[in-house]
Amino acid sequence: MLTNHAKLMNFFVTAKEVVGRKKLQKMIYILQKCDVPFEEKFTFHFYGPYSEELTLRIEEMCNLGFIEETKEEKSNYYQYQYQTTSAGIDFLDHVKVDLPLFSKKVDLLKEQSSRFLELVATMLYFDELPKVEVEAKVREVKAKVNYTDKDIEEAWAFIAELKQT
Amino acid sequence: MAYKDEQLREEKVFKDPVHRYIHVKDRVIWDLIGAMEFQRLRRIKQLGTSFFTFHGAEHSRFNHSLGVYEIVRRILANFEGKPYWNPNERLLCLAAALLHDLGHGPFSHSFEKVFKLDHEDFTKKIIVGDTEINHILRRVEPDFPQKVAEVINKTYHDKLVVSLISSQIDADRMDYLQRDAYFTGVSYGHFDMERILRVMRPVDDQVVIKSSGMHAVEDYIMSRYQMYWQVYFHPVSRSAEVILSKILHRVKDLYLSGYTFRFQPIHFLSFFEGEVSLQDYIRLDEPIVSYYFQAWTDESDEILSDLCVRFTNRKLFKYVEFNPNAQMEEWMVLHRLFEQVGMDPKYYLVVDSSSDLPYDFYRPGEEGERLPIYLQKPNNELEELSRTSDIVESISGKKRTDHKLYFPSDFIEALSDDQPEKKQIMDLLGIARN
Repeated sequence: MLTNHAKLMNFFVTAKEVVGRKKLQKMIYILQKCDVPFEEKFTFHFYGPYSEELTLRIEEMCNLGFIEETKEEKSNYYQYQYQTTSAGIDFLDHVKVDLPLFSKKVDLLKEQSSRFLELVATMLYFDELPKVEVEAKVREVKAKVNYTDKDIEEAWAFIAELKQT
Repeated sequence: MAYKDEQLREEKVFKDPVHRYIHVKDRVIWDLIGAMEFQRLRRIKQLGTSFFTFHGAEHSRFNHSLGVYEIVRRILANFEGKPYWNPNERLLCLAAALLHDLGHGPFSHSFEKVFKLDHEDFTKKIIVGDTEINHILRRVEPDFPQKVAEVINKTYHDKLVVSLISSQIDADRMDYLQRDAYFTGVSYGHFDMERILRVMRPVDDQVVIKSSGMHAVEDYIMSRYQMYWQVYFHPVSRSAEVILSKILHRVKDLYLSGYTFRFQPIHFLSFFEGEVSLQDYIRLDEPIVSYYFQAWTDESDEILSDLCVRFTNRKLFKYVEFNPNAQMEEWMVLHRLFEQVGMDPKYYLVVDSSSDLPYDFYRPGEEGERLPIYLQKPNNELEELSRTSDIVESISGKKRTDHKLYFPSDFIEALSDDQPEKKQIMDLLGIARN
C-alpha cells in the first residue's frame, strides 16, 4: 500500500529537510537517474524535468500529515520547506520499501543550488545523446539561463561524482 | 511545388461535435491522417475506463487528436502577422498537434504503470522510426520528424511552438475538457474557447492572455477543476481502473512464474519480457486487449478469471473513503483478515490515490516548478493569473487530495455467517449486511 509514498518518505527522512520545490523536483529526478527507483513520471518542462505526479504525491503526504510544508515569503516569490513529522516516521515503520542506500547522494545534492540542479537534471534528461550533443541541447533549451562553460564542466564532474558515490 | 507547401485542391472537412468542423487544406496533414499509425488511434479510447460510469464516453484518441489540430489551426490563424510569431513554424505546429498522442497504448495509464512504459517514448519512436508517419514527415524535410518529436517532447528550441501544444492553457487541454464533457454528458467542462483564442497573444517565447480575457480563463480553470473531480477521478471509473491494473499485474506474474495459459497471451509476450518492439506496441490496441480479457474469463487461475469477469461484465469493486494515516492499523488488520478468508489482498484490497491519476488541475507553479498562465496587463506587464483572479487563487490554493480503499463486497457478503472474519471485515470497512 502506498509504496511510492513510502519511497518518498524514505527520501525525506534521509534528507531531513528540503528547501524549495524546484530543488525537490530536481533532487528526485537526479536520484531516479542514478537508479534509485522512484516511480514518478517526469517530462520536460520550461524549467527542466518536472513531475506533476510528484507534486500531487507531496501534496497528499502533506495532507496526510506525513510531512510538513512551511511557506516563507521572499522578495518576489514564496519559498517552501519540507520536514518529516512523527506520523510520517510511523507510516514508514508500517510500510517497508526496499531502496538502495542513497544518503550520500542526498547530501551532495542538498549542497547545490536549484539553478545548478536544474542544469544537472537537464543534462541527465538528454543522457542518451553523445556528450557534445548534450551540451548543444542544453544551450538550446536553456538559452535564457546562460549557463557558462564552467557551469557545464562542473555539472559533468558532479554527475560523475554522484554516480560513484 | 514543394511537398510542405502543397495544398489540397479542395479543403476537406470532418464533421465534429465539439468544433463543428475540422478543416484540412495541407496535403501533409491529410496524408498524416490517413497513415496507419494515426488510424490506430480510432481503436484507443480517450477516457480509458470512464465509459463504465459515463456510457457515452466511448470517444477515441483519433477524435481528440483531430480536435487539438483544429484548435492549433485556429490559434495560428489569429497569430498571423503578430510580433514574436514565426509563420515558418506553422506546419510544424499543426503536425505536432495532430500527432501528439500517437504513442498512447490501450488503456494507456495502467498499461504504462504495469509494464513500465512511457507513451511519450513511443510517440517519438513512431515519428522517427520506420513507419508510415515517418515516411510522410521525411518528405517535408529530412529533419522534420525529429523537429516534430522535439515539439511533442517539449525540448524544441522555440518554446512558443511548444507552449501551443503543451502548457497550462494549451490546445490539448482545451480540446479534451470540452470533448470529454460532451461525450460524458456532464454540464461542467464547457467554457468560451472562442473568447480565449481571441485573447491569446504570443509574447517572447510563450503564449499569454490579454487581461480583459481573464474571466474566460477563469471559466476554463474552473472547468478543469470540476472535470478532474467529477469525471476523471470518478470512483466508479477508478474501480474499473483498479481491476484493469490488477488483471495486468496478475497475467504478468502468472507468465513469469511459468503458468500454462489455456489462451496464450501472444500479443503480450514482449510486454512481459520487458522488450517491447515498436511493431508489437503498435499492433496492441483496445479491441485486442478486450478480446484477451474475455478469453481469460475461462482461465483456471481463479484470480485472473475472476478479475476478467469483473472487468468484462462490470462487476466492479466497492469503495470506502480511506485515510492512510488515521486508519493504518485498520488496514493492517484488514490485510490479515483478507488473507485468512482466502482473498489475496494484493488483488482484492487496493488503495487508490488521487496521485495515481494522469490528470491535473491548475497550479501557479511557484518557485519555477512549471510555467504558469500569465495575464498581459494594458501596460504590457505580465502577471501570474492567480495573483489577479480571486477565483483561481481560491482553487489553486486549496490542496485537495483523496484516497479510497477498493474491495469486492460480493466476496465478503458470500462468506459464511459462521466465519468470525466476516463481521470483522464488514465492521472495519463500515459496510452494512444485506
